[in-house]
Amino acid sequence: MFEIDAKGSYYRDLNNKVRDAISKGEKEITLKNINGQYYIGDGLREKVSIIIEGVPGNDLAAFMDGPTIRIKSNAQDNIGNTMNSGKVIIEGNAGDVLGYGMRGGKLHVRGDVGYRVGIHMKGDKKQAPTIVVGGTAGDFFGEYMAGGLLILLGLDENDPRPIVGDYLGTGMHGGMIFIRGEVDEKLCGAEVGIMDPDADDLKVLKAALTDYCNDLGLNLDEIMKKSFKKLIPVSLRPYGNLYAY
Amino acid sequence: MNHNYQKDISGCGLTGLISKKKNRLSGSHIVKSLCLMNDRGNGLGAGYAAYGIYPEFKDFYAFHIMYDEPSVRWTVEEYLKSNYHLEKIEEIPTFPVKAISISPLLVRYFMKPLKDKLVGDIQEADFVVNTVMKVNSEIEGAYIFSSGKNMGAFKGVGNPCDIAEFFRIEDYEGYIWTAHTRFPTNTPGWWGGAHPFTLLDWSIVHNGEISSYGINKRYLEMYGYKLTLLTDTEVAAYLLDLLIRRHGLDIPTACLALAAPFWKNIDNKDEDEREALTALRQAYGSALLNGPFSILFGHSKGLVGINDRIKLRPLVAAIKDDITYMASEESAIRAICPTPEKVWAPRAGEAVIVNLED
Repeated sequence: MFEIDAKGSYYRDLNNKVRDAISKGEKEITLKNINGQYYIGDGLREKVSIIIEGVPGNDLAAFMDGPTIRIKSNAQDNIGNTMNSGKVIIEGNAGDVLGYGMRGGKLHVRGDVGYRVGIHMKGDKKQAPTIVVGGTAGDFFGEYMAGGLLILLGLDENDPRPIVGDYLGTGMHGGMIFIRGEVDEKLCGAEVGIMDPDADDLKVLKAALTDYCNDLGLNLDEIMKKSFKKLIPVSLRPYGNLYAY
Repeated sequence: MNHNYQKDISGCGLTGLISKKKNRLSGSHIVKSLCLMNDRGNGLGAGYAAYGIYPEFKDFYAFHIMYDEPSVRWTVEEYLKSNYHLEKIEEIPTFPVKAISISPLLVRYFMKPLKDKLVGDIQEADFVVNTVMKVNSEIEGAYIFSSGKNMGAFKGVGNPCDIAEFFRIEDYEGYIWTAHTRFPTNTPGWWGGAHPFTLLDWSIVHNGEISSYGINKRYLEMYGYKLTLLTDTEVAAYLLDLLIRRHGLDIPTACLALAAPFWKNIDNKDEDEREALTALRQAYGSALLNGPFSILFGHSKGLVGINDRIKLRPLVAAIKDDITYMASEESAIRAICPTPEKVWAPRAGEAVIVNLED
């Protein structure tokens, strides 16, 4: 275990220290007194574990390809941009635009997320990204989604806000979204179909949630007590005629 | 003029706080909060607005005037003297800062309109607004930065810490503070273009881009406002003055006019609300702010935070004791309030309205 006290550090100095530690062979790094430092974990390719105490700044884990980052508080915007592999666990809430263009790896958020989460996420047969959110999400959840898996749980039954915002899956043309509870079809784009998950879907869902529950100390059976809806694109080219006629 | 034409990618950061119990806090807090977000700006503009800083002159309009051209000071002062009782004139105290090599002359005035100038049914506030518009649009090289009572704006071209040091922000004590670091995108980075933008007691800091600027500008011009500061945010300050002070809308209604719900959402409301929102959108279509924004606006009775209808810019709020904080980033709040009781991200178009206790 290697510790870095980040109190008052400028992001560039902090991230250099992290890279130095990794190049010296450290496998577990704890960043203490973090507040607002940008770009933590960006572009790192080693299989290391980074624990963050405090609220990290924007653009965490961009282009990340391997590490596991655990954030023990809230996090800010733009996490996991074009991330390729590895994992980010957020024990609190996270901000807007999570997993933009994400192509692999996992984001596990215990609390709420903001707007445009999972925008442009993509995946193929070899690898696909997963984002699991324990709380609620804002508008444009899964916008332009092209692949991968988005799961939204709404675990806080006392939260009066709707589990998800408007423009859900707008422009979606690949991938799969699971939402715990019911989904108002008025929130979805024309290209999105809402259906009950079948047995194969439930296997995928349970596999993803087992890992999520392990990371965050939650009970899978409790979560599965409530039914889910599956959202997938039902039209490959819903706007194909938009400019043609 | 000190125009430094730039075009660059977007950024900007804002932060604000309000003590509901009117405890006056040193400017050092808001400076610390803003400086954490230094990298959201690019050094082409930073500024602070504070309420409660001039208790000894609280009944006078505090004019902060910037003179690009020092000689026009006498022209402006001649004009002011013939219309106002000037209680006090002084240069705004500044401190030499290495990074700020050029600065305009900055003078403040505590004043009241002369009674015999308020002829007919003109309100005192209208008289002051007319003065601001006249000086800013007709006297080349003079710009009134702020014109409210017991409040003031301090701004210029520089990084947040440099501007704070230049104006000795930590020497002021206020119960509402807003602050901004700028990353000008398509308008000049100059002293007049730094945020906050103010008029009377209204002050605005803004992250984003008001793409409806042209429509808003023409609409405001019909009511006598003159847009002189070459930056989109200016319209927001004047729209608040028009909607709230002159048209008498309350703050929640004014927020609904500026960030109106989409028609498809209005259509889903029950009949009364649908009619009210339809009427509001029809009456104030030209006041609608389009484009990405998060805005904090301060006024004599409180602080409001709001962002655009699809949340294209960040805004986080937090509460601790009697203080509400709002900023572009949660870390900027935690820099001065490490353990808030509540932290949340307001939803799109949902105003956070905090009023001072009476």
